[in-house]
This record gives sequence, C-alpha cells and structure tokens, in this order.
Amino acid sequence: MTLHILNKSPSADALIKRMLCAIEDGDAIIMIEDGVLGALDAHQGLFSSIPDNVALFALEADLEARGITSRISEQVSIADDKQFVVLCSDMDKTVSWY
Amino acid sequence: MSEKKSVLIINQKSPYGDAAARESLDIALTCSIFEMPVTLLFCGDAIFQLLKDQQPGKIQQKKIEAMLSALPMYDITEIYVEHDSLIQNGLTDEDLCLPVTLIDQSSISQLINLHDTVLTF
Amino acid sequence: MDIEFDDEGYLRSLQDWNQSVAEQIAQQEGIELTPAHWELIEVIREFYQLFEHSPAMRPLVKAVTLKLGSDKGKSIYLMKLFPGSPAKLLAKIAGLPKPDNCL
Repeated sequence: MTLHILNKSPSADALIKRMLCAIEDGDAIIMIEDGVLGALDAHQGLFSSIPDNVALFALEADLEARGITSRISEQVSIADDKQFVVLCSDMDKTVSWY
Repeated sequence: MSEKKSVLIINQKSPYGDAAARESLDIALTCSIFEMPVTLLFCGDAIFQLLKDQQPGKIQQKKIEAMLSALPMYDITEIYVEHDSLIQNGLTDEDLCLPVTLIDQSSISQLINLHDTVLTF
Repeated sequence: MDIEFDDEGYLRSLQDWNQSVAEQIAQQEGIELTPAHWELIEVIREFYQLFEHSPAMRPLVKAVTLKLGSDKGKSIYLMKLFPGSPAKLLAKIAGLPKPDNCL
C-alpha cells in the first residue's frame, strides 16, 4: 500500500495523470500545499477513475491558508499534521508527486 | 513632462505554493509608488490569491488576501480576472476580496496591447 | 521587562507596544507626542490591522485622508509632525515593522 503525496494544483494535469496511473487498490492520496486545490468540489472529476478503496485526504493547514475548507468535495477527508504523519508511517511506502 | 509607462502584471500562480504572488505584489506596489499606472490580471490558479477567508497562520505565511485588499489604497483599481478560471474552480466574483472586472480569455490580447510593459508571475 | 528593538530601532515584537513605549521611541527621535500625533498613530495601526503591512507614504496619505479628512491627508502635514520620512517614523513610533515599499 502506497501513500501518494500530491503538492501541485489541478492545473498540472500531466503530473496528476501520471499519479493516477500509478494508483492501486488500497492506496491513499493526500493533497498538500497547492495540491489541496484538487480537493475542491469543482475538481471532483479528477479522481473519478480511482478505485473505491483509495482514500483521499487533504491537509488542514493548507486548506485553511487558502480559504477553501468549506468548499471541498465530500469524497475528501481532512487530515491535520499528526494524521499526516500517522498515514506516512501506516503505509508501506510514500511517493511524492511534484 | 514625460509620460509614465503603463504596466500590466499577469498573475498565473496560486498563493503560498511559492513566492510568485508576493513578488508580484511587491512590484505592483513599487510601481504605484513611482506613480506608474498598474493593471493586474489574475488567471488560472492565481484567482486563489483573491479568495476570501484565507487563514495562513498555520503555515506561517502572511495573508496574501490582506495585502491585495490594500490595492485601492495604492490607487491600483484596474483588476481583471479571467472568468473561465473562476468557473473551472466553481467560484464567482462574489467569493473574491476585491471588486474586479471579469474578462474572457479571448480579451487578454487586448489587455496586453493596451499596456507599454507586461510582467508575468 | 526588556523590550527588544532591531538595529534600526523598530520593535521586534508588536505585542510589546503600548503608549509609554511609543512615547519612549518618539523621545529618542526628538518628537513630543501631541493629540495630533496620536490620531495619526491610530490611523497607521488601523491600517496595519486591516492590511497586515506598514504603509508607504502614498497609501498612508490616503488612509489619513479617509479617516481624518483631506486637510490632514497631505504629505506636508505629516512631514511637520513626523519630520524626515513620516511613513517610517510613524511606523516606528506605532510599534509596527518598517514599511517595505518606502523608497
């Protein structure tokens, strides 16, 4: 199981496509920094191809900084810094996409 | 008296991911101090610089929104936003911290032609 | 309690500011604070609260005009009360950081 860390916004479509190709059952994605813009309800379509058992997270501090906490998709769970660390240690590997 | 050159600043980057937004703002305020007419255009991810309710305390950054809200105090009131970028992100101009003029992507070339200098961030 | 200043005499921590600190800084700059000074200190502190930065001269003049009227919203008026460079001096006495765009 792999944790995919995405730190670029949906405007980096080639990068996101590459990440989505690498997703497998049971993996998780966490959006951080500019990546949290992908958590917006308006961008839900981005993740339509991923399996149901792939969890989506977005980092709380980065959502708050950008003023978008209340605008994110229901598919996405909010993770604080501690939960981010737990995710990193629970998964077998982490991969950063940037 | 020599005419001051007009400047168009095109912003394309989101706030906080890197220093582009702050650098752009620095240039805009500096131009204003030299009384150069400044126009700002926000397109793509840069529209998020203008979004209300930013709280960057936890990532130890200064609030871009607060700096941008001060633009009218620097007599910078020509602020354009690419309408398509708002739509793509599910936003409207009411979600922004300043009054702006919405323009279509196809009008950007006109804006460029109207100014002496163009800077991009 | 020790209050820390940077090399140029600006307060390191905005929380350290109060009226007597302001009077102390003003004295070092050779300024005796009068009600006319205080109302300007209030304007610049309000500006900082709203916009999270210290204003350069131009926005400062504008802010003073909006708050105290166009008679006071003039460079000359500010220069009389805070001689030299009013935006910097006023920020210093008001306990704010040095204005970035003060050229």
